[in-house]
Amino acid sequence: MTPFTYARATDAAHAIGLASAGMQPRYLGGGTNLVDLMRETVERPQTLVDVSGLSRDIALRDDRSLMIGAAATNTALAADQAVREHYPLLSRAILAGASGQIRNMATVGGNILQRTRCTYFYDTASRCNKRVPQAGCDALEGHNRIHAILGAPLVGLPSCVATHPSDMCVALAALGAIIHLQSPDGMRLMPLVDLHRLPEGRPELDTVLSAHELITAVELPDSFTGARAAYRKIRDRSSYAFALVSVAALLEVRDGIVTKIRLALGGVAHKPWRAWRAEASLRGQRSSPAAFAHAAEAELANAMPLRDNGFKIELARRAIIATLTGLAEDPA
Amino acid sequence: MTIVQDAAQKLMQTAISLMPEGWLPGGTPDPLMHRHGMIGAPVSRLDGRLKVQGRAPFAAEIPLEGLVQAAVLYSTISRGTITVMDTAAAEAAPGVVLVMTHNNAPRMKPPPLMLTHAKAAGNSSLPVMQDGAVHWNGQPIALVLAETLEQADHAVSLICVTYEAAHAFNTLDEARAHARTPDSILGEPPSVKIGDAEAALAASEFRIDRDYRTPRQNHNAIEPHAATVAWDGDDLTVHDATQMVNSTAWTLAQVFGLREEQVRVISPFVGGGFGGKGLWQHQILAAAASRLAGRPVRIMLSRAGVFHSVGGRTMTEQRVALGAGPDGRLAALIHTGIAGMTTHNNCPEQFTFPARHLYSAAAIHVAQEVADMDMVPNTYMRAPGEAVGSFALECAMDELAEALGMDPIELRRRNEPERDPTTGNAFSSRHALEAYERGAAQFGWENRNSIPRSRQEGEWLIGMGMATATYPYYRMAGGAARIRLTRDGRVTVGMAAHEMGMGTATVQAQHIAERLALPIGNIEFLYGDTRLPPSTLAGGSSQTASISAAIIATHEVLVGELLKLAGNASPLAGLKAGAVIARDGGLCALDNPGLHETYAAILARAGRDDLVCEAKAPPPLELKKYSMHSHGGQFCEVRVSSVTGEVRVSRFLGSFDCGRILNAKTAASQFRGGIIMGLGLALMEETLVDERTGRIMNPSLAEYHVPVHLDVPRIEVIWTDKPDPHAPLGARGIGEIGITGVGAAVANAVYNATGRRIRELPITLDKLL
Repeated sequence: MTPFTYARATDAAHAIGLASAGMQPRYLGGGTNLVDLMRETVERPQTLVDVSGLSRDIALRDDRSLMIGAAATNTALAADQAVREHYPLLSRAILAGASGQIRNMATVGGNILQRTRCTYFYDTASRCNKRVPQAGCDALEGHNRIHAILGAPLVGLPSCVATHPSDMCVALAALGAIIHLQSPDGMRLMPLVDLHRLPEGRPELDTVLSAHELITAVELPDSFTGARAAYRKIRDRSSYAFALVSVAALLEVRDGIVTKIRLALGGVAHKPWRAWRAEASLRGQRSSPAAFAHAAEAELANAMPLRDNGFKIELARRAIIATLTGLAEDPA
Repeated sequence: MTIVQDAAQKLMQTAISLMPEGWLPGGTPDPLMHRHGMIGAPVSRLDGRLKVQGRAPFAAEIPLEGLVQAAVLYSTISRGTITVMDTAAAEAAPGVVLVMTHNNAPRMKPPPLMLTHAKAAGNSSLPVMQDGAVHWNGQPIALVLAETLEQADHAVSLICVTYEAAHAFNTLDEARAHARTPDSILGEPPSVKIGDAEAALAASEFRIDRDYRTPRQNHNAIEPHAATVAWDGDDLTVHDATQMVNSTAWTLAQVFGLREEQVRVISPFVGGGFGGKGLWQHQILAAAASRLAGRPVRIMLSRAGVFHSVGGRTMTEQRVALGAGPDGRLAALIHTGIAGMTTHNNCPEQFTFPARHLYSAAAIHVAQEVADMDMVPNTYMRAPGEAVGSFALECAMDELAEALGMDPIELRRRNEPERDPTTGNAFSSRHALEAYERGAAQFGWENRNSIPRSRQEGEWLIGMGMATATYPYYRMAGGAARIRLTRDGRVTVGMAAHEMGMGTATVQAQHIAERLALPIGNIEFLYGDTRLPPSTLAGGSSQTASISAAIIATHEVLVGELLKLAGNASPLAGLKAGAVIARDGGLCALDNPGLHETYAAILARAGRDDLVCEAKAPPPLELKKYSMHSHGGQFCEVRVSSVTGEVRVSRFLGSFDCGRILNAKTAASQFRGGIIMGLGLALMEETLVDERTGRIMNPSLAEYHVPVHLDVPRIEVIWTDKPDPHAPLGARGIGEIGITGVGAAVANAVYNATGRRIRELPITLDKLL
């Protein structure tokens, strides 16, 4: 671990000020990912600005939209009564991730900004375009069973086939979450699905955040009343493993017609993957396994397998169909 | 194991001065063999309270004055030479006391390789940090000492290394071109042929001929390897986490040019061993650096450090071919294959051992080769050989049973041998069929539908499978115990043995309490220190037998001495050692319990405060005469998602025949722990090595998967509890058998559920899509 300074911020403006004044700063939430990466010398910040003392409020508004302070812990968010009642998809996705101990520490902001689990990214002896720009990618022809199939990871050089590991973000993508940001230039709002990037030749950039920009809150504008929700995570053991493929789905069917559909995938791309094509193919269509299969195929039409991860395409297809079929069949 | 078998053979060539023990050929039976009381009782571990309170000091927790912390730099190529090692920045970093590389390390002899001497503990014969040669990716190449661990870690990250890389054999496929047959497989011949198995196979009506693959695996005991070392002049003390205190001391003495007595190894608490807690480079490097720096050193490997510098189970490719007639009797049993190894270790993964003893085939051919690779020297890992060998053999048996249309247990029943199929020796005690039958009854095996993919609940396909578990009995030559009996009826027994969490001390306290007829609270078992009488290593499920043999021998001496002290005024006057038995805190005549005197009375009359006796265990002659093996039936029910291929083990039962069970609670934990480790082997454990670099790519518990609680169903364990008349206390050892057969039981259940035969471990969901 490289030596660093540490300061605890009292509010967002204070945090941004500390970060702006520091050398190579990083915001510190629960530290469950960043500190690991510092131990491995993958991350070498010289300034840590602890933002875990910022807002932890979780507030349900009258219109059932939800505001979540970025410093809320994953455990607190998953256990929150309003979340469980109105956003069960979010609760389930969070509880599908990590371990109880990690969720107790991890913050919402930190979860969003956690970095890939690509083993070549973690291993400083390996080449990694994300860790060292232009260094090359050893995952491309190495062990890439857990790597990306979507988002054209090979288009645009240097390439990156890493995936975003969050479960929570897959639910947030499906729920249309809005991220509240603050930077030296002021505040702005951004849909979560626009926050994370595809590699597109700059895989060292996970997100579009500007220098010292801080996530202050997450807003869920719509609880999708009437829709049924499911989060299905497929992994190599029953718990404490990252998703090979995960599916977050919200589905409302009226008179046999799909009236509301939100679908997002995890474990398949450089970012939480909103399945726009599948949604478009289903909206207004008759609900049926065949329609779900058609939607899955539309979404996965451009999927590209690497040496070890071709199974993910079939796995994602089956997971989408099974999840939507389960929601459609499940009596309300 | 073999180390000690080799040593045993040498010992047996010398005159044996001791009386034969009860379990040895010609001995008289041990009166405790069948007695139920303290032995067998489910006594909780005596060290449990200390451990849950965090008051058991482990090797990395020993406080010493002036202690410095060590961090290790590991190589990033798998073969070549270090051309430049720039340590200037590391040396200048805050808190750094020493940077040690091959340029300044003290001259040391290579550690003698295991099996080359009875006390050799080297996992590799390579010199340790003596030159710039790199032999595997992850080899320790520099060590930093600093005032704090954080300072040491940081300084290590500042060292710049330049290599001249050479061609490396990173894959078994490439190394196979230079496959060789080792001289021996742990003392056994690498190849055994009985009849013409290939011809018998070709002539058989029913044939199964399959290839199986198992991957590399790494040791992941909960306690990473650690040692705290200190020099006092030329005397070295090592607080270690080890399964072999005496071998470690002797081997360190060879490395540093010392007498064995100059090295003291202390290891009372070990957070899991499984075969991995032996002598690796870190203890040698810590001792060398401590000598250079003139300060005591603590070294604690990171989890990644354990992956890189401590070997695990090597990969295997195995062929099993079975030929049978319609009656299921095996005409041919062929089990051959290859394992990855290195030129500088000797651990060929004895995967053909089960096939040598399990089934009565008319013709048998087993043969093992190794292929030398540039990798961290592989080592023993819970049931080395048997764990993966039983996967291949028992999957093939399941395939044969299906081809025959026969129940898998019936197939095994028809091939139950009268005598050992390859050695011809009589079995000391073998109740495999009873274990199968009791297991089948309790598990509900009769409910299995032999037609695959015939049971489904929702998306979940349900299947059952079984396999044979088997592990040899070992008792290692050597070992001695000291018993001190005091006038107040307290007993201290000392032997430099090992407790890696199995319950060693607890079980021996039970044994001593029963043998001396004293309350268990009066017994103290001292262990884990080379200042005590020497012990054999804790491996091969042998330690309990080895310790028990030494204690029994010492107790005989003690009884003789007590009778001498008792003299003519005692009710025991005139009785010989064989004519008395312990009862109620003293001795009484075997045929007349009324003739009794307490130890306290004997010692008081003799004016003695205590009596101390020491004796050596007799050589393990029983292994020369008998075929001694434990067996069991592993029964598994799985649920496999027809959508995702996810496998969930929903029920498991192990039914074992391991001789007598000495503690029902700790034994159940050993069996269950082995089964859980077997579920990992079956479903998830795999070291991912980049073929281009030889680098381990998943050196963490986040990416190297072992079962979590949710992966483990309720596991039932039952046992025959039939004493083996030729093992001390009738017990054959239980540490390893639990993992054997589990891989096959799971794979066979997966087949029964899905109709898919998976012959390559681990059975991950992508193989079932």
